[in-house]
Order: sequence, then structure tokens, then C-alpha cells
Amino acid sequence: MTEPVTMVDTPIRLDYSYTPGVASSRFLRSLERGEIVGQRCPRCHKVYVPPRGACSMCGVATEEELTLTGKGTVTTFCITNVPSPGLVPPYVTAWIRLDGADITSMFLVQECEPADVRLGMRVEPVWVEESEREANMGNIRYFRPTGEPDASYDDYKDYI
Amino acid sequence: MTESLSRPVAVVSWASFETPSEPARNEVEMLLPVISEALGNVGLTQQDIGFTVSGSSDYLQGFPFAFVGALDAVGAWPPIRESHVEMDGAFALYEAVEVLRHGIVGVDTALVYAFARPSRGELDRTLSLQLDPYAVAPLWPDARGLAGLQAQAMRDSGRYPDVPDVPPTVVADGAVAVVLAVGDRARELTPTPAWIRGIDHRIEAPALGARDLTSSSSTRTAAANAGASGADSAWLHVLYPHQEHLLREALGLNGQQVDCAAGPMMAGGLARFAAAAAGIASGQSRRAVVHATSGPCLQQNLVALLEGDAA
Repeated sequence: MTEPVTMVDTPIRLDYSYTPGVASSRFLRSLERGEIVGQRCPRCHKVYVPPRGACSMCGVATEEELTLTGKGTVTTFCITNVPSPGLVPPYVTAWIRLDGADITSMFLVQECEPADVRLGMRVEPVWVEESEREANMGNIRYFRPTGEPDASYDDYKDYI
Repeated sequence: MTESLSRPVAVVSWASFETPSEPARNEVEMLLPVISEALGNVGLTQQDIGFTVSGSSDYLQGFPFAFVGALDAVGAWPPIRESHVEMDGAFALYEAVEVLRHGIVGVDTALVYAFARPSRGELDRTLSLQLDPYAVAPLWPDARGLAGLQAQAMRDSGRYPDVPDVPPTVVADGAVAVVLAVGDRARELTPTPAWIRGIDHRIEAPALGARDLTSSSSTRTAAANAGASGADSAWLHVLYPHQEHLLREALGLNGQQVDCAAGPMMAGGLARFAAAAAGIASGQSRRAVVHATSGPCLQQNLVALLEGDAA
């Protein structure tokens, strides 16, 4: 009984009801409609997607809302060769600059060979069935190539 | 710190918002108008601020590094000189006062802000996590229960004839912003600066059993170090009514006008500074004691002395 105690278990659980906020709520509702909305900073004119209600660079409220087409450009990507729940390797995760947005978002890129994914590739979202949509990012299953010509380097060089 | 390093620092502006439960806005959306009002009152923008510091607790938001996200309400670009304390904003104000006093080149104003939305969680339970994580926190003693132990200890001591019952812990959402400035810069910004003549923060043992819960020795020491005597008013951060008795005794209050409030957890102490500065600006007070507390049963206490130019 003189052995030192080397480990103590102290389970901790706290419950919260999360409130995304006014701007993020509008974004999540737009996903329910199969749309993607962003908000523009009144000072620097950058468009945030998802919007958070403020421009983090200017510290001012963002109120002007705009609906994006959903299409975008791959600015950088990663091919993963280890398994992850629900994903069969190799799979591609990409930072995508949605057309009209000034910030990139991370999505899967599918319906093409991983080796074919490249910087500048044009992509579009594949949505879950309308009847299954909820107010969350899971509504976008992944992005796939549009077949359009690649974007020029100047279009995305500031987002790599 | 030597006297030669010390520069006079004043509260020059403030703004606050408080509601029992904020329904829709998140922390950043709640903070934005408050910060912009506090800066706007004295014609400043974030670019004019030399030092920015916040007080909040990520445990209340349930979000790691939530205090970093709150910087969205400030506009931290180009990069700013910035800090955070995982405490009430009053303790963040103390850090700002020290930074301003030290006379860093180009730093003659500071923005202090605090925010919380404890209505989204279980405040009594969340506060248990500030206790000893091995022997006490796993028992989940709630904040109101601990306050009840303190009230009972006061009754048992026989030294307090009339100890009030302990009501439920105040749950309020809100945000507070305070602008500080040094010397002539403060006089440029407002005709009624509230000078911070002294400020001190003292901490008692974390183990409740190791403390005399019937006397606030940390408040007494902080008040002595802050030179907090001869005031005509006192603005106390009182989370439960019985604590007002302990604070009045520790601060030696006798006949002054005393204003007590809890406010939103993590922002209520800073709100006391805003209220005292407003009292000085309006002429209601010339020399005010401000108090803020943190931790269970008045474990930590901060005391400051504010004075108007007329004092």
C-alpha cells in the first residue's frame, strides 16, 4: 500500500447550447436552401465565407450579404494515403477559393483521379439530396471538377 | 516599480451591454458595438490604441481559444500589441495600467474589454472547474453551494448579526469595453478623466479549508496597497449579498455611498470600473473605491482608487 498513485481519473463533462450567431445562422440557413452566402466588409471590401459577422482585419461589422455561385478554384491540396472514418484512401482534401470569396475553405475533391487534381482546377459543389439537407456544412458532400479551363495563376496566387 | 517609471493613467471612456440571456448574437457580434461605442466616445479607432487586452473565460463559451476569436471584434491588422487574461476584465485592466505606467514608446492608450455568455452553459457547474482539479473539482461543488458555506461560516462566527440567504448565482450575458490613457493624452480625450491613483490585486489560498472565509484579508491588503481610503463612494463587485458585508468590513467603509453589482461573469468587475468612472465624470463622486473579485468565496480581490481632477 506504499505504492505511489500515478494516475487519477477525473471525468469532466459540461453541456452547452451553442449559438452560431446572427451571421453564421444566415449562412447555415443558406446551406439548407442549397446556396452559399458570404458577407462583405464595408471597409476593405473583402468577402467572408462563412461570414462571422465581423471583418477580422478591420474589426467592423459585416452586413452586406451576397450569394455565391458555389463554383471555385483549387488553391492548394493534399492527397491522403491513410484511412479516415468514411473515406477510402487515397482521397483529396483541397483549399478552395469560392468565386467571389476572399477566403479559402476546405473541402474534399472527388469524381476524378487524385493525380489529376491541380492548383487552379475549377470545381463545383455536389449537394446532398434536398430532402436530406440540414443547416450544416454536411450538405456539401464534396467538390468535383467542372471541366472548365484552369483559372490563371493570378486569380489565386494570393490564396496559396 | 520605481516612482520614476510611473505615469498617471486614467479611464477616459467606457461602454457596456448586459442582458439576462442574449438570444441570437455570438460573442463577437455582442462585443462589436460595445468596443466601437467606447472608442467612438473619445474619437479613437483601433489604430490609435497602443495596447489591447481582454478578460474572458473559454470555459464559459465552451470553445478552445475563444478569446482569440473575439479579436475579430477588434481588427488586429496590421498586427497589434495584445494580451489576454483568463479572468474578469478588471484584472485585464490591471495589466493595461501596468503597461501604460511603464512608458513604452508609442503606448499611451489602452483598450480593455471583457465578454461572456454564461446563459449558454451551466455557470454554477462550470465554475467548479476553477477548483483544485484532483481533490475538489471532481466533486462538482457548485458556486452557489460554496457561497452558502461562506454565508454559514459567517453566521457561525457570531460576528455578523444579519447574514442574508444566498440567492441563485447571477447569470447574465454581456460585454464591457474601457479605454485608458496616460497623462496629457487623457486630458486631450476627455474633460473628465477618472485617474487611477492606486491599484492592487491579492490572492488567497485556493483551498477553501485553508482560508478564513469570514474575513476578506486579500481585499484588506489590496486596499492598503492601492491607498484606497478617504473615498466618498465605493463600487463593489458582489456576486452574493453576504459578500457585501465582508467587503464593507475589509475596505473600512462607513457612510460612503456604496453601489453593488455582480454583472456578467468575467465582465462584471470591469463594469464596476466603468460605473465608477461614470460616477466621477458626472460629479456624483470625486474619489471612488473600485473592487473586483474572482474565484470561489472572494478568493481573489482587486482594489483601485479612482479620482476626478477636482478631488
